[in-house]
Amino acid sequence: MSHDISRLSRLEAAWVIARRDFIAVLFSRAFLFFLIGPLFPVIVGGLAGSIGGQVSREAVTLEVGLAMSAQDNDAMIAASERIGPQLRGAIPVMREVTEATGDPAFDARAFMEERRGNYAAIVTGTLQSPEVVGTGPQVDRWTGPVRLMAADALAATPLVFPSSTKTTVASSAASERTNRIRTAQAAQMVMFLLTMLLAGMVLSNLAEEKGNKVIEILAAAIPMDAVFMGKLFAMLGVSFVGIAVWGTIGWGFWAIAEDAIVTVTQTNFRELPGPAVGWGMFLTLGVLYFSMAYLLLGALFLTIGAMASTVREVQTLSMPVTMMQLMVFFVAAYTITQPGSALEMAAIAFPLSSPFAMLARAALDEAVWLHVAALAWQAVWVILLVKGGSLLFRKRVMKSGGAGMKKRRWSFGRKASQAA
Amino acid sequence: MTPDNGRPLHTVAPSDNRPLAIEARGLVKSFDGTKAVDGVDLSVPEGAIYGVLGPNGAGKTTTLRMLLGIIDPDEGVRMVFGHDRPHDIGRLIGYLPEERGLYPAMKSIEAIAFMGALRGLPLKEGRKRGMELLERHDLAHAANRTIRQLSKGMAQTVQLLGTLVHRPRLVVLDEPFSGLDAINQGKLEGMIRNLAEDGVTVIFSTHVIHHAERLCEGVAIIAGGKVPYAGSVETARDRIPAQVRLETRAREGGWTSALPEETRREGDFFYFPLPETGVEPLLKTLIEGDAGILSLSIERAGLHDAFVAIAGEAAARQLEADNQEHGK
Repeated sequence: MSHDISRLSRLEAAWVIARRDFIAVLFSRAFLFFLIGPLFPVIVGGLAGSIGGQVSREAVTLEVGLAMSAQDNDAMIAASERIGPQLRGAIPVMREVTEATGDPAFDARAFMEERRGNYAAIVTGTLQSPEVVGTGPQVDRWTGPVRLMAADALAATPLVFPSSTKTTVASSAASERTNRIRTAQAAQMVMFLLTMLLAGMVLSNLAEEKGNKVIEILAAAIPMDAVFMGKLFAMLGVSFVGIAVWGTIGWGFWAIAEDAIVTVTQTNFRELPGPAVGWGMFLTLGVLYFSMAYLLLGALFLTIGAMASTVREVQTLSMPVTMMQLMVFFVAAYTITQPGSALEMAAIAFPLSSPFAMLARAALDEAVWLHVAALAWQAVWVILLVKGGSLLFRKRVMKSGGAGMKKRRWSFGRKASQAA
Repeated sequence: MTPDNGRPLHTVAPSDNRPLAIEARGLVKSFDGTKAVDGVDLSVPEGAIYGVLGPNGAGKTTTLRMLLGIIDPDEGVRMVFGHDRPHDIGRLIGYLPEERGLYPAMKSIEAIAFMGALRGLPLKEGRKRGMELLERHDLAHAANRTIRQLSKGMAQTVQLLGTLVHRPRLVVLDEPFSGLDAINQGKLEGMIRNLAEDGVTVIFSTHVIHHAERLCEGVAIIAGGKVPYAGSVETARDRIPAQVRLETRAREGGWTSALPEETRREGDFFYFPLPETGVEPLLKTLIEGDAGILSLSIERAGLHDAFVAIAGEAAARQLEADNQEHGK
């Protein structure tokens, strides 16, 4: 009979909360925003990259003007067309300066200083003694290529480039390490964005609950740490649904347009070298570390949400934590290039940075045992934060019958105004 | 059992043989160095309707929250059905907080079932019982409406039904009449009486004396965090001597010297406390003195008078002010 009167176990209680929150969030507009949220940085990043590229292309010209004799100009252009394909990017596009044509008194220096034309530099003089006019860096950059082209133009027989054989290897130690670092950086970035997005959602969820005054009913019925746990796991479940949706869309997109993606990104993802622990283990650890990172930050945010009574208070209180998490992320990202350093160890030990640092390690280091220890360490901190948060909530939040206090203040205010 | 303060905890109500649903001894709770509750003692027998009566800010909500385990007392002991950790017997308790709270996007029936689920009732059973409760309170039509689509009174009723859906043995209501119109207050009084008839213990806080007087078997009067009186309503009223109201044809005469010292005259009436010897000796003097008795009545003190006598004039004025505030 005792089970009839006893309370729900913590797990059962957390399940009641998680089930309600999961369904409520899944069928809310917030989830729609959660789904389309990651598109915004992609779109903004793409637009910014495109605009930046365009600006860069328009701003930085690789054209060098020719203000030599017509014959020398032609010889230089011919030389650039011969050498250019062999030295991609190193040879500028050579163009005749039309203003100099037929003007023996053309002053290249004055022309440049008047900011006319759109040339990186202008070549005057003769093939035997070319003069490069331009700003210091541009002169330094183009003097060598100009001399090379002049030499080719002067030669009795143009340079002959022997044919060569190309032998490529899939990877090398250096490129593998570079790629693994990129994998680690990308994984950290994705995890950071996801956790911040989710923690923000769980924070506003609790603030809303306080606004609805439901929190006292929950606190009266079940232990507060079960409420916190339920909320955290509900949002984690929501995030898995979101990830599943994104994953399915991404996989479908890849299946339909693999060639286009490879062409556009100039990366064949199938040939990317795997992380140190292998893709299967890396993805598993990625999910686990993401869960831990979210649970840690979410527990912290829940405590803040529980203590705040208005959305403004939530924003004010959560700002320092957000900034701290940003710094933690930067530190974890910085340690990628310093494996085994004291800083990396500190990042692994500090609970909030631990999942990020360990995920990077999974990309770079084959050892698996450390991940088991790290996950256990992080789980302990999740429990401690949830316990601490719920304790703080019970101690500091349920102070009085809020309505009563408000009424009392109001009545005192009225009395004061009457007295005045 | 003996709590820290050395005062014994009873297992049955002092006045009868009923076991106690709630027993608290020496509850103290401070917030930021200020004592919100300072040594509260309560004994609520099973099946009783019990009122915690006091003005706003007196410590009623904090006391109830300590009894429910929402917050822990700094000092003292609370026992609910013999358990010192109320959460451990969560399935036996229903709680309606002062600040009503429901998820606005949730359907009424789901809200009731969810509140039941928090107390261990399976959702399916919660929906079934919830529907029965809604039908019984003529709200079946609102079962599939979301909370935000309900009127304030309907939403409050839905929350109360959610408090009762798991069939608790103890129902704690914090200011349950607050915000209800007269009709719904009457309905709620009926519901509370029905619960008590079914053997459910009901404890509610209020600052409206009439509700406590009409419903309660016992009351705790709370003011400034202290409980100067906790016991039956009858005993509280008996603390004030009955008042005698006398109307005579004659205004003056030797018989007036027989009236008690505390007698005050208001219009045609004399008012004085009922003498310990009763009215018979006085009646004899009045008749012999030819006072010409037109009427004489003995009026028993109400709970309001008892409250004034026990809690003091200031607390009573605050209570009146709260009532006016709520009435607006």
